[in-house]
Amino acid sequence: MSQYKARKFNVVGQRLQRPDGIDKVTGRARYGADMDAAGMLHAKVLRSPHAHARIISIDTSAAAALPGVMAVITRADFPLASGEYIDLLDHCMAGDRALYDGHAVAAVAATSKRLAKQALKLIKVDYELLPHVTDIEAAIAPGAPVIHAGVVGRGVPKGYSDNVTRFRSFGHGDIEAGFQQADVVVERTYRTEATHQGYIEPHACVATMGMDGRGDLWVCTQGHFAIRNMCAAILGMESASLRVTASEIGGGFGGKTTVCIEPLALALAKKSGRAVKLVMTRDEVLRATGPTVSTLMHVKLGMNQAGRITAAYAQLFYQSGAYRGYAADFGAMPAFAPYALENVHTEGFDVMTNRPKSAAYRAPGAPPACYAAESAIDEAAHQLGLDPLAVRLLNAAREGSKSSYGPTYAAHGLVECLQAAQQHPHWRAPLGENMGRGIAAGFWFNFGGDTCVSAFLNPDGSISVSEGNPDIGGSRASISMMVAEEMGIPYEQVRTTVADTGSMGQNEPTHGSRVTFAVGLAAIKSARAIIAEIRHRLAQLWEVDIDSVVWQQGCASCTDPNSEHKAPMDLRQVAAIASNTGGPIGGHHEVNAEGAGVSFGVHIADTEVDPQTGHISIKRYTVIQDAGKAIQPDYVEGQLQGGAVQGIGWALNEEYIYGEDGRLQNSGFLDYRIPVASDLPMIDTVIVEVPNPGHPYGVRGVGETPIVPPLAAVANAVTAATGVRQVHLPMSPPRVLAGLQAK
Amino acid sequence: MASIQIFTSLQYLFNNQTEIELDVANLQQLLTRLPQAYPQCAQEVANGISVAIDGRIVNDAWFTPIEPNSEVVILPRISGG
Amino acid sequence: MQHTHISTTINGQPVEYACANDASLLEVLRDQLGMTGTKEGCGSGDCGACSISLDNRLVCACLVLGVEAQGRHVETIEGMADKNNLHILQTKFLEHAALQCGICTPGILVAARALLAKHPDPTETQVRYWLAGNLCRCTGYDKIIRAVLAAAQAMREEPA
Ligand code: FES
Ligand code: FES
Repeated sequence: MSQYKARKFNVVGQRLQRPDGIDKVTGRARYGADMDAAGMLHAKVLRSPHAHARIISIDTSAAAALPGVMAVITRADFPLASGEYIDLLDHCMAGDRALYDGHAVAAVAATSKRLAKQALKLIKVDYELLPHVTDIEAAIAPGAPVIHAGVVGRGVPKGYSDNVTRFRSFGHGDIEAGFQQADVVVERTYRTEATHQGYIEPHACVATMGMDGRGDLWVCTQGHFAIRNMCAAILGMESASLRVTASEIGGGFGGKTTVCIEPLALALAKKSGRAVKLVMTRDEVLRATGPTVSTLMHVKLGMNQAGRITAAYAQLFYQSGAYRGYAADFGAMPAFAPYALENVHTEGFDVMTNRPKSAAYRAPGAPPACYAAESAIDEAAHQLGLDPLAVRLLNAAREGSKSSYGPTYAAHGLVECLQAAQQHPHWRAPLGENMGRGIAAGFWFNFGGDTCVSAFLNPDGSISVSEGNPDIGGSRASISMMVAEEMGIPYEQVRTTVADTGSMGQNEPTHGSRVTFAVGLAAIKSARAIIAEIRHRLAQLWEVDIDSVVWQQGCASCTDPNSEHKAPMDLRQVAAIASNTGGPIGGHHEVNAEGAGVSFGVHIADTEVDPQTGHISIKRYTVIQDAGKAIQPDYVEGQLQGGAVQGIGWALNEEYIYGEDGRLQNSGFLDYRIPVASDLPMIDTVIVEVPNPGHPYGVRGVGETPIVPPLAAVANAVTAATGVRQVHLPMSPPRVLAGLQAK
Repeated sequence: MASIQIFTSLQYLFNNQTEIELDVANLQQLLTRLPQAYPQCAQEVANGISVAIDGRIVNDAWFTPIEPNSEVVILPRISGG
Repeated sequence: MQHTHISTTINGQPVEYACANDASLLEVLRDQLGMTGTKEGCGSGDCGACSISLDNRLVCACLVLGVEAQGRHVETIEGMADKNNLHILQTKFLEHAALQCGICTPGILVAARALLAKHPDPTETQVRYWLAGNLCRCTGYDKIIRAVLAAAQAMREEPA
């Protein structure tokens, strides 16, 4: 069922500029907080200062009485009591318990931000403090304070607290037999701390609700259709009654795939009868949205003299906040995915704590698992005196290999990536004093999902494309390019717009590395539908068989030797007679785009460690990844570079730090430190292209895989530089120094 | 008959088999017949699973064909960030 | 809260406003004057998204009070292009794909312009340290640094 056909490209592969570029360099582009509505109120949210507390009562009367305050809401304003969306609602607004520091307990809409803030101070919440737990190890121990009783899933092994809600395991072969065959067996415990997606734009929205129960929402999100569905379900509306428009989005990385303030803004709009704007502060973003998981991981790996991995075992605990998490699957499946192993077994556990509900972050779950697995491979290779890259190549999964999580791989580019690494000058470059080099491979599944695209031939012959996925990194350009390629016309003749939820069918959010793959696929098919319609009409006009009307290089021509219609017609000419031949011409495609090809990447990192301070600097970094086909190489490189640097931040500085009191201690960009320009070298990229059989042009998603290998690549480099195996991320200077001193 | 691989932690719902055989020709038939043949797994199937058919991960597309010699692997539901 | 009447110059044009004495210049620009090109990422001086220039000094608009603009010259992203002619930095950012989501872009452009005014021939390291106060989460900075270096070279070759 291959969709892919090899071809020569004219537009695809060029470094063309995006349609939203000028707006974004001039400040004209409108992001979430850049919208105003007539008569708009400003909302603020009151948040729990406690990690875990029963809410005995909330007295909002004084706040409501403050002149200028138009609405105050609490959980009592949301009738939803159970079902699929109850966790989401509870995360947006606490019920009878506040479950983490920063959990919303009430919200106010007033005529100014200042008044809204003032009103928050007048709300009296009576809390009864409950025992809390934020640390993963403490949370899994029997006797730990339990966040939610009665939600332990079936099949979870005994011996843990009820915070361990989910268990998944994968693998094949006999690991005990495999360890017997090994010449060296390495075994260690690894830890990673929680990070935040760290998008620079805080969540923001503007909500209106009419007296007729119909609403409009302007919001920065990765998926306005998902936001619509969630908000409609939480507020008990029909989806058709809520139109959601996606603003330009200032970064998401998985963190903007869900609701956090939107249902509150809508409820305030409903209660006040006015438009309501709600913009989060950075402190709120860090305390109450996003973060990713923290982990506790045990890995055991056996290798023989030849470098063959004889057995691999990983036990992975994922702390995912105060609600049921889903990261364990996505850690346990990809941990050893780059390798063809005879004996492999991985186990994932989801663990609840008094922390905000974790959200997806680029390949959710995979980076920590890959860090532990790739560290173990590195250590075994080192003990056997083997080249770590050669070992990876020897064990690499190929087309036809059975993956560690089950299925047999179709064509993919891991071996090509490893070979590219071997040939890259970086791999052979000399290292200075206190420097070390690390390498790691990484994997992500990629995703397709529900997708709609409509393309229209305008009266002047230009093409408008509507799609339903917010554009975070240039996807409108890539989609226009694919349509231009398919139609054989210049890129400039096509313009792609992200339509609102009232204008398109359901679309999965911009996640799972799906947009260039899935929306691209639907766009190509929409273009084909336009061509088919044009051929059909011209066959009628020229009185020939449809097979005699061919579409080439942007023109229809007649190949019937008996026809006198010899002059080809271009889009402008076709558009000019559209009304005469049946009416406006358009093509659309709606599909559940299954068949996203997996994506592998290989990273090489050089680090220098200051033996006095434990400070680590990245001296050189190379990302090699299979993109299937890079539609716009600049944007592919951008994904590889950006993902790598987020991974570097995870490896080196980013960390949620909780106090004994269960409060987040670093809820600002000063103390939650993401990489800055002076921390980094240039990030070299190599794009490998092994076509994905599931896409007409061979595209694979590229957005997520780049964050998978860096944790391991950097840790392996630091280990090489220091001789101390790095088992706890981030490798902050005190942690590294302590390791050096213990040596 | 297609042979269907079950990931480790789900095998207890399938009498501890790593692989089962079912007579199915597409994903919809698989999703219908799995809980009929193994009622214990009904809850998991209802909660959502992914199925890899010949190496391609399929979440929902019911009419995806399953050939008699297809490789079918049950997986937890795949999404992304 | 008391308000003060302010007369200032923004992007070369005279502007008058009355603002609350505790309002930041960022709030005034965005909420009162509708100049939303300057972004807010943190409100605490840590992200640089709100970078503007005040009497030719690069500052975070979130750390300046609206009242401090009295009698001074404010330059924002909205004043960077000359009508329909992009500034070389803007052109180079587009050519080098130096933006993904673009939320950091106005602040980085304003900061980079201040850099090039002071150091027309910066080294890569200089650019990196100058921009260290401007967070970008999407790009890993690589293409941003390249765009700034390319703009510097182009500006040296044909001064605007
Ligand atoms: S908003 Fe001013 S520095 Fe972040
Ligand atoms: S481009 Fe998104 S933060 Fe810089």
